[in-house]
Order: sequence, then structure tokens, then C-alpha cells
Amino acid sequence: MLKKLSIWVVFLAILLILPLLFDSIMGISILNQMAIAIVIALSYNMLLGQGGMLSFGHAVYFGLGGFMAVHALVMIEFETVTFSVTLIPMVGGLFGLVAAIFIGSFSTRKAGTVFAMISLGMGELIAASSLIFVDFFGGEAGVIGDRTFGPPFFGVDFAQDVEVYYLAAFWVFIATLFMYLFTQTPAGRMANAVRDNPERAEFIGYSARRVRFISFCAAGLFAGIAGGLFAMNFEFLTEENLNAATSGRVLLMAYIGGLGYFVGPIIGAVVLTLMNSLLSNYTELWMLYLGIMFVLTVMFLPRGFAGFIMLHQLAWHHGRLKTLALPYLVTGVPALLCAASLIGLIEMSHTEADIFHFLGLPLNPDQLVSWALPVLLTLGAGYATRSSLPQLRDAWHAANTEGKRAK
Amino acid sequence: MLDVFLFATLNGLVTGLLLFMLASGLTLIFSMMGVLNFAHASFYMLGAYFAYSISSYLGFWIGLLLAPVIVGILGALVERYGLRHVHRHGHVAELVFTFGLAFLIEELVQFFWGRDTKNYQQPDILDFPLFTLFGQEFSAYRGFMIFISVLIFIGLYYLLTRSRIGIIIQAAITHPHTVASLGHNVPLIFMGVFGVGSALAGVAGVIAGPVLTTFPGMAVVLGSIVFVIVVIGGLGSLAGAFIASLLIGLLQSYAIASDLGMQDLLALLGVSFERSHPLNDLWTLTLPQIAPILPFLLLVLVLIFRPTGLLGKREE
Repeated sequence: MLKKLSIWVVFLAILLILPLLFDSIMGISILNQMAIAIVIALSYNMLLGQGGMLSFGHAVYFGLGGFMAVHALVMIEFETVTFSVTLIPMVGGLFGLVAAIFIGSFSTRKAGTVFAMISLGMGELIAASSLIFVDFFGGEAGVIGDRTFGPPFFGVDFAQDVEVYYLAAFWVFIATLFMYLFTQTPAGRMANAVRDNPERAEFIGYSARRVRFISFCAAGLFAGIAGGLFAMNFEFLTEENLNAATSGRVLLMAYIGGLGYFVGPIIGAVVLTLMNSLLSNYTELWMLYLGIMFVLTVMFLPRGFAGFIMLHQLAWHHGRLKTLALPYLVTGVPALLCAASLIGLIEMSHTEADIFHFLGLPLNPDQLVSWALPVLLTLGAGYATRSSLPQLRDAWHAANTEGKRAK
Repeated sequence: MLDVFLFATLNGLVTGLLLFMLASGLTLIFSMMGVLNFAHASFYMLGAYFAYSISSYLGFWIGLLLAPVIVGILGALVERYGLRHVHRHGHVAELVFTFGLAFLIEELVQFFWGRDTKNYQQPDILDFPLFTLFGQEFSAYRGFMIFISVLIFIGLYYLLTRSRIGIIIQAAITHPHTVASLGHNVPLIFMGVFGVGSALAGVAGVIAGPVLTTFPGMAVVLGSIVFVIVVIGGLGSLAGAFIASLLIGLLQSYAIASDLGMQDLLALLGVSFERSHPLNDLWTLTLPQIAPILPFLLLVLVLIFRPTGLLGKREE
């Protein structure tokens, strides 16, 4: 109990310390995006990771909540209603919940392919309608709000991004806490049961459909909260925020981070936000790298980054993690070198400059000779990685099985 | 009025047949592996791009021959080294893998060919009006599209129902273990079907590229509609996919050609609204406006009221 509590205290402390460490304008802006991404990725995990519902339209609840939140900001600005903007994420959450109750009432009847297809259809339907119903969605231009109106919250008027960060941090903490607590409730446990074997769950006397519906509504609520945070941070929403591309990005985040583990989507959200905001400064090909990373993750790390970390649990318990360090180094260094030179090759083939700096070496992309080195390096490093794999596999096997025997 | 109707029907037919060329491959792959291949429309896009590159050196006809072969080989490789590997991680992983693949192929296309629209043209030899009705021309290329599609369906039909390979394929769909026990290499059949399905999508891309423009978003535009067709027709049913393809093609074509809207419906009911009404956008909807969302509306309705689709079998 104390151990669990201390994890939450550490989480809260990290949330509060981060803006002090990264206090540049860009740092705060990335932290804000991270906060939004964490909430939406965690809410997606409620569907797919815990409930077994593969959704291709999760951005709908994020976007609808966000649009409602922006409209609430506008209403506060024109004094139609009066409440503190700190509650804006809740407005988004409630609207996301309403949308989820409506759509979930028919889409949760089946899991699997039928659910996936309905989510895809509803996603396309609402994204397309958002361009038709201009009054609510603002058409192509979107809707704009202003977060600085309404009664100030203890003298804070949210003109600064840092102030928004602390608000977002509060909501991230609350949302994460409640989403974790949800997994501990009977409803959360039954969601796992229905995911693994709906038939058996029905035999015990639970309606699989209702269990799915409850998870679905909760996911909609938290997605809406994320949408509300988005509205607070960016102060505008467009069709882009609820279309299929955004839904796909949420799926990517949760999957790369690791489904089924509670921390997985958090890792995914942090990694993807960092890639999105930092990598895009250096290369316009970052989406290509993201795609490669995603496909490789699905193929070789089916449980994502979190699953990869968790694989070492057994070795760690037996104190045999040390024995893995050297084999990891032997495989990892050439693998990294191979990846780096491959990326160098890709970038060099795409560059328009006369001189391309390949791992610090100035090369001329127009000369055939300058291609030989990167190609050779890629192939050599790739071969070294490949030939060191059996060793790694043996070391891995030894670290995990010997421990068992000792026990 | 009649001319509008006639041309909407013809255009709908062209679209419908094109969609079926994609949907047939997708349906075959689904009935074999139980996986809806998200990347199917990406193979269609690859077909168009390969054909564009080949045609700029060797002409349209060589492109029509070569591009589908390349796409088919790529598809077979994807099945052999990607999908088969992911298979052991379960169904969701397979679906997510094809989703990731679609994402990756779109990025790769942008990497190799750039973001702009490609000037992929129909061959000069087909650049004439096939016939003129009510003062409107119907281009020979569209006629050619219909011809190619029909030719492929007849070929596919005979291959599947009359040839030895087709019979083995059909058996492998329903009883893979029995077929394997009889000494056939079932994984090889799976790979072949995946390759042929991708090649069919490639053909669709080659002939649709000049009409529907060749750009990096073309897979997304058509991809979800092909999904809709496969689901509406009933997962795994080729006949259902055929009916649904024509239905969606015609429906969209009629909706775009018509000038009806909510206001006509309201006038019929004798109701009218002020312009300042808060739901003004709803009361002024027109059919051409909602044409792009009709397939998805139909999809959601079908899934709610008949989850097995038009000709789908009973759910397990």
C-alpha cells in the first residue's frame, strides 16, 4: 500500500518539477502537449488494452470534447455563463461522455472487427460532418476561443503557458489516478475478463455488452478531458483534431508504449510527443521514421516498450540483470550504428545541400564514392548485429532459466 | 433529366467496378486469413505510382503489365515476412500491423515520389470520346476501364470456380488443415492469394491513376470506402462485395449528380425555417454535400441492423 502511494507521490513530484527543469517557451509547450497526449493515450488503453476494443475513431471524443470546451470558452468570454476556466477540461469530458453514451449504445454490442468497423465509420462520418455543420465546427477554419476571461483562479488568469501547464498537470494527475482506480474496480476487472473471454464472462452472469459499454463511456469521458485540455492550451480546434489521422496517432502512441500495461501509454505519449516536436525540427522525414518504428514495434515488440521493460522482471528478481549487460552492449552498439548509418543514407538521398554531414563526415551526395562508405557501414553493422544475436539469445535464456533453477 | 441520370449511372458503374477490383482482393484475403488488410488500398496507390514511373519510360501499356506484377510480388513478400510473423501475436496485432503498413507505405511513397500530384496521363490512343449522348461525351478511357474490370472478373470467376488451383484455394479457405493433410502447401497458397489480391489492387491503381489523380492521399481516399464495401457486402462474401461495390458506386454518383436537398424534403412536408434558425446548416443540406459521407452512413446502419452485412454468413 505504502509502495503504491509512494509511486503516486513521485508521479506528482515529477509533474511539478518538470516545468522548473524545462522552463523555456518550447519546453513548456512540449510539456503541455505531453500532458494532453498522456490523457488521451491512457483513455485509449481503457478501450484496447483493458477492454479489448480496437477503435479507429477515438479522436471523435477528443475532438467533440475539445470543440465543446472552445464553445464554453467563447460563452465565458461573452458572459453567457460564468465559471472559472479551470473547469473547462470537465466541460470537454462531459461532452465526450455524452457522445460516448450515444455512440457506445450501439457500437459496443460486439467487440472485434464489428466494433473496429463501427468506430471507423463513425469517425469518418463525424469528421466529414464537421466540415458540413459550420456553426458548431467552424468549417475548415475551426473555432477559436480565449482562455483569459472568466473569474480569475486565485489571481491566475492563464495568460502564460506555464499557468496552463500547472492546470494540465493537475488534470493529468486526477485523470491518471481515476483511470488507475478504474482498473481496480469490479467494472475494470470485468473489462479484462470480457476482453479475454466474453463467453465465460456471460456465463458468470455479466452482460459483456454492458461491461464494454461502461469502459467505452469512461474512455470517452477521459478523451473529452484531454480535448478540453487541448482547447485550454491551443485555444482553437479544427476538423484535424477529430479525423482519422488523429485517431491513428492515438493508436500509435498506445501501441508503441505498450498495451495492457498501465504505464505503457504514458511512455508512448512521451516518446511520440518528443519525436513530434523535436525530431520534426531536424528532418521532414520524421513521419517515415515513425512509421518504420511502429511497424517494427508491432512485429518484434508486440507488447510495446513497456512490455520490453517488463520482460526483464524475472532476471531482475534473480539479480541476473548484470549478466545481460555485456551481450546487450555487443548487439546494441552495432545495431545502433546500423540504424544511424541507414538514417544517414535516407537523409543523404533526400538532401538538397551540396555537402552532407554523414556521422560528422562531410560527403558530397553527387559523387558515387561518397555513397560507398555509408552503404558499407550499414551492411557491416547489420551483419555484426545479426551474428551477435545467437549469443544474446543464449545469455537471455541463461539469465531467465538459471534463476528458476536456483529457486 | 434523362441524360443526367444516364451519365450518373455510367460513372457510377465505372466507380463501382473499380471499387470491386479492390474489394474482391480484400474479401479473398479476409476469407483466407481472417484479417481485414488496412494496407490494401496502399497497394492500389503503389500500382498507380509504379505505373506512372514505368509509363514515363516505356509507355502506358508496359506499365499496365508490369506494375501489377511488382505490386503482387511486394504483397507476397509482405505476407511472407510481415503478416506471417505477426500472426502468432493474435488478431488485433495483425490488424494493427496492416494499419501501420498503410501508414508506412504512404510515407514511403512521399519519400520516393514526393508530395505533389503526379502527371500520370491516360494513353493517347484512348483519348477520344467513345460516344456522344445528349451532347455529352463518354470518354473511351472510361469504357476501357469497364472493359478491363469485366475482363478481370470473368477471369477471376473462372479461375476460382473452374480451375484446379481455384478449387484448392476454395478448399483452403474453409478447411485449411484438411487441404494441408492432402499434401498441399497451404502457407504458399495464402502467400499466393495475398499476392494476387495485391496485384488486383495494383491493376485498379494503374487504370484509376489517370482518372482519379495520382497523389499520396489516394489510398486514404479510397481505402476506407473499400472497407465499407467489404463490410456492407458481408465479410468474406465475393457476391456481396460485388453488389455493395455497385451500390456504393451508383449511390455516390447519383448523390453528386442530383440537385436535391433538405429544403426539397421540407417543402414536400410543407415546413420551412428561417435562415437564422440555429440548425440552419442542417436544413440547407444538399445531396451532393453529403455524398462523401453516404457510404459511412450506410456502413453504420448496416452494422447496427444487420451486422453480418448483405450476404454475410451467420456470425460465430
